[in-house]
Amino acid sequence: MSGMPLLSLAIWIPIIGGVLVLAAAGNDRRAFEARLISLFAAALGFAVTLPLWFQFDPTTSAMQFVELREWIPRYNIRYYLGVDGISMPFVVLNSFITLIVVIAGWEVIQKQVAQYLAAFLIMSGIINGVFSALDAVLFYVFFEASLIPLYLIIGIWGGPNRVYAAIKFFLYTLVGSLLMLVAILYLFAASGGSFDLLEWHRLPLTLTEQKWLFLGFLLAFAVKVPMWPVHTWLPDAHVEAPTGGSVVLAAIALKLGAYGFLRFSLPIAPDAAQAFQGLMVALSLIAVVYIGFVALVQEDMKKLVAYSSVAHMGFVTLGFFLFNALGMEGAIVQMVSHGFVSGAMFLCIGVLYDRLHTRRIADYGGVVNTMPKFAAFFLLFAMANSGLPATSGFVGEFMVTLAAVKVNFWIAAAAATTLILGAAYSLWMYKRVVFGAVANPQVAALQDINRREFVILAAMAFFVLLLGIWPMPLLEVMHTSVDALLAHVAAGKL
Amino acid sequence: MKLLYTVVPFAPLVGAIVAGLWGNRLGRTATHRITILGVLIAFLASVAIFFDVHNGNTFNGPLYTWGTSDGLTFEVGFLIDSLTVTMMLVVTFVSLMVHIYTIGYMADDPGYCRFFSYISLFTFSMLMLVMSNNFLQLFFGWEAVGLVSYLLIGFWYTRPTAIYANLKAFLVNRVGDFGFLLGIGLIAAYAGTLDYAETFAQAEKLATMNEAVTGWPLITAICIALFIGAMGKSAQVPLHVWLPDSMEGPTPISALIHAATMVTAGIFMVARMSPLFELSDTALSFVLVIGATTAFFMGILGIVQSDIKRVVAYSTLSQLGYMTVALGASAYSVAIFHLMTHAFFKALLFLSAGSVIIAMHHDQDMRNMGGLWKYLPVTWLTALIGALALIGTPFTSGFYSKDSILIAVAHAQIPGATYAYFCVMAGVFVTAFYTFRMIFLVFHGKERFGQAHAHHDHAAHGSDDHHHGLAPGEKPHESPKVVTVPLVLLAIPSLLIGAFTIDAMLFGGWFANVIFVDEARHGSIAALREEFHGALAMGLHGLTSLPFFIALAGVALAAFFYLVRPDLPDRIAARVRWLYTILVNHYYFDRFNEIVFAGGARRLGRWLWQIGDRTVIDGAMVNGSAQIVGEVAEAGAALQSGRLYHYAFSMILGIAVLLLFLYLV
Amino acid sequence: MTLTHYLLLAGALFVISVVGIFLNRKNLIVLLMCIELMLLAVNTNFIAFSHFLGDIHGQVFVFFILTVAAAEAGIGLAILVVLFRHRQSIHVDDLTELRG
Repeated sequence: MSGMPLLSLAIWIPIIGGVLVLAAAGNDRRAFEARLISLFAAALGFAVTLPLWFQFDPTTSAMQFVELREWIPRYNIRYYLGVDGISMPFVVLNSFITLIVVIAGWEVIQKQVAQYLAAFLIMSGIINGVFSALDAVLFYVFFEASLIPLYLIIGIWGGPNRVYAAIKFFLYTLVGSLLMLVAILYLFAASGGSFDLLEWHRLPLTLTEQKWLFLGFLLAFAVKVPMWPVHTWLPDAHVEAPTGGSVVLAAIALKLGAYGFLRFSLPIAPDAAQAFQGLMVALSLIAVVYIGFVALVQEDMKKLVAYSSVAHMGFVTLGFFLFNALGMEGAIVQMVSHGFVSGAMFLCIGVLYDRLHTRRIADYGGVVNTMPKFAAFFLLFAMANSGLPATSGFVGEFMVTLAAVKVNFWIAAAAATTLILGAAYSLWMYKRVVFGAVANPQVAALQDINRREFVILAAMAFFVLLLGIWPMPLLEVMHTSVDALLAHVAAGKL
Repeated sequence: MKLLYTVVPFAPLVGAIVAGLWGNRLGRTATHRITILGVLIAFLASVAIFFDVHNGNTFNGPLYTWGTSDGLTFEVGFLIDSLTVTMMLVVTFVSLMVHIYTIGYMADDPGYCRFFSYISLFTFSMLMLVMSNNFLQLFFGWEAVGLVSYLLIGFWYTRPTAIYANLKAFLVNRVGDFGFLLGIGLIAAYAGTLDYAETFAQAEKLATMNEAVTGWPLITAICIALFIGAMGKSAQVPLHVWLPDSMEGPTPISALIHAATMVTAGIFMVARMSPLFELSDTALSFVLVIGATTAFFMGILGIVQSDIKRVVAYSTLSQLGYMTVALGASAYSVAIFHLMTHAFFKALLFLSAGSVIIAMHHDQDMRNMGGLWKYLPVTWLTALIGALALIGTPFTSGFYSKDSILIAVAHAQIPGATYAYFCVMAGVFVTAFYTFRMIFLVFHGKERFGQAHAHHDHAAHGSDDHHHGLAPGEKPHESPKVVTVPLVLLAIPSLLIGAFTIDAMLFGGWFANVIFVDEARHGSIAALREEFHGALAMGLHGLTSLPFFIALAGVALAAFFYLVRPDLPDRIAARVRWLYTILVNHYYFDRFNEIVFAGGARRLGRWLWQIGDRTVIDGAMVNGSAQIVGEVAEAGAALQSGRLYHYAFSMILGIAVLLLFLYLV
Repeated sequence: MTLTHYLLLAGALFVISVVGIFLNRKNLIVLLMCIELMLLAVNTNFIAFSHFLGDIHGQVFVFFILTVAAAEAGIGLAILVVLFRHRQSIHVDDLTELRG
């Protein structure tokens, strides 16, 4: 293992890069420099996460690449970083998506370029921090800080209704996380003055305590996932956000909540998690079925994909609370896959939006006639969104459904309706947007994707297919960590 | 050998990728050469494997490990045995013919390279499906052929009817896949494996279990769930609705996908799963009844179609019903036998229909044809061969397979067998009638082409925008060699393959150890074996047996209606208007689905969105809580009057309260 | 003269000033004067207690308060002048900028 503090680099390179962009090229006249510095920072940030993947030891469930420094010794708060098989893939995914987003915004963003790019870079570092923090306060700081750049991105570069969406998004998530702060402080007291997450995992707690803690964490994470019924901020935020914002929101930000379940709720309150299994499974299934129907009737492409995100994340929480390795690994694969698929879907919609400045499905029709290359990519991602085998979208849904049959046939039957609903909303949208005769003069004047767009879509397509054809490497990385977590949950704390 | 197995599916894949990515740059000729080469390699390799399997070398092993989780190993691998290699030969041979035929059929289409890419991709997917040794890969192939079918039905994507049909096909197939996935899930949960061989080894154990939550007999639940998948893919009632609409695609793919190969995937799957199905009489009864219903009632619909491709499409539905009936009667090998013969003669019929369509300049309405035999001699002859095979004329391939099915059903003992027997016997008459109705309307009788289009009122489908037709006075011409050569090459097996292979396939142990039949309980195949005394004897006996006379009656009636008294059908239709209306509306299945499922889903979605999300969650909960905050704040703000003396008063009041408090404490 | 008398006087002054604040709806200057009066009541208390308890600290405090009150009155009147120039009014009912 190399002696480099890889996780710190993954966190601070993008943040410093972001500050540098602001300082060096804050004025729009120097937009090109801003783009160049950002690209470099994002690429470097991604490069330093690659050793995480390749040097990772999948045989142990212990934290790896650990860094430990005193931060606020008086309260025993430490700068404590480390990743295991569950969190490591997300650090890499996040850094990759940041790179994509920087390229995706290359010439699309024309006002306040440096600020836009800096916001993404800083957010990337912060999110890496969330995934690698092992100190609760550090986690909380990163978790909350990640709101700020996204809030600004939606509020400044967003659509006409951006302020409403930004505030809704901010308040929704803030309300949730305040209860989490209470839970964290309670655990600080209960553990005799420690913010060490791994210590909290071992902390004995009564069932009542666990239940309250679980509920405290639940709201924070459920809002982020988002689970039904606290999902309504997501469609609004997506619709108003610029393309890059939507991509990061869908691909990364939603994973923070799901990750929180794995890092806090399940290991700290295992018995409560089992006690609330029925509730969590029910909410997940509602997300899958109810949201599937809602997605079907959306007239705005971004809203449709946003709702489909909620449905797909329903599979993630469903997989967690089946409490078997197949379900949980399926759920984690689904998280990674959703990062690529929904990110790519939003990129595709962004490509159309950049040209026609509308997201209404009714304003399109027959796009394939003028943009055949784009249509091919869009089809691949739409199919992945509806869970076609050999795309990444299939792997998670397949594994979770199989896991659900083991637990209860009816759960599986409800979950499997996504085969029909997912195909219905994805392909019906595809039909109305892409197929058909050229619908109007605007569509007739469309230009096919340029080289920059081709590169980012091809990169996403590569991972969507790779993960679908051969998910083994990803599964191998997480086996030991998932097994350890499940064993911990099964053993309980009582 | 493993390398050779790998070559079979991946050679077409390479062709598909090359044609798809660089087709336009390579040019048309290079593209079709590359893809045809890929399929040719696959075909030759399949032949080599056939001889290898014939010598007793089977194979069952993984190609690579897709993933592992929770004790389950997901693998991609091959199971090569007699059943697989039969399917491989059928798929690669028909695919090769269709590839060659396409050169002529699609000659002036702008999507030429794309089309070749798709059909090669389809060949790859179908081969992955049939060569699989586990349920994961089966499901992959299952969905992948669905994807290519989606792409090909919507090939002419500017036509509203085509993109409606392809979405419908995909969604209806997904309904089937819903059951299929649950079936796979049950196997994974209770057998703990997705490998065929390991699952079959536990079949007896599974047969004694019940599903834990629902209490259903496990094996029945698994089989019916899997069969629901087959109903989607093989277009069995009520999931058949997509197949007639799929005729919106170009004719070569109707032949390849929607007649010869993809739609038979369900039949293949059930035959492959015979060790499971044999253990559940309930599931077999279900299969039998569904198949019989499809065979008879879909055949009837063939009678009222005026679009030449739709006649063949309904005929395909009906024939798929026959195969399903054979499965239900535990005569799996007979089903596969009929699958094979049907693949040849139905592909032949479709391609002949395509040849007619080329000659008619893409007019598909049979009412505008007639007397074409003079102008299209090769097409006429090959279509006639296909038709004779389809109606089961003795000595043709269709005769051997269909007669075997009839005998097998006659000896089936499970509930529903009597109904099935009636359906398949009546189906023989219906098949003969609609087949020769088509032959007479297209090739014989008065020449009706070259006139102003009088028949544009057909209710079956209203897509006239692509009906070009012949100009007045213009005469149709025979199609080019690339079209007719595949016709001839397909006509040969359509005639002969039945007689040559029946002995080996049904009785000679070709499928021994592959298809499992519990002969003590399901005796139809044993009875069949008893009655069989060689292909020649069977053919001769066929000339004197009941089905032959029934078919003859059907042909005679068709001849009377469409050659002797062409005015009669319309008058009869007018007499029984209600029946005719039901038939031209396909028993109202489409209307029902459109209103109840498609419309219902949209209404439910809109209701959940507007009431659930907008009104309750956003309105009452989110904005409601914001409103409560606002109201509380407003009440608080009323205290802030801005007048100094109010503040002073509250200060003093506060002091007084504080003093009182201190005094009391 | 006992302590009680002084305290009663201080109390009376205090009540007068409070009532002044309440009843005065017109002039801001009156309000300021009432506040000064309140401070005077407090001063009276301090001196009385200082005298009767023999503790000089009370008288020291009075000087502090007087100083602060003078400064306060100065600033208050200055603000008042600026306010009057700005609004042409020192009517109490007009000055409700802080209403919620």
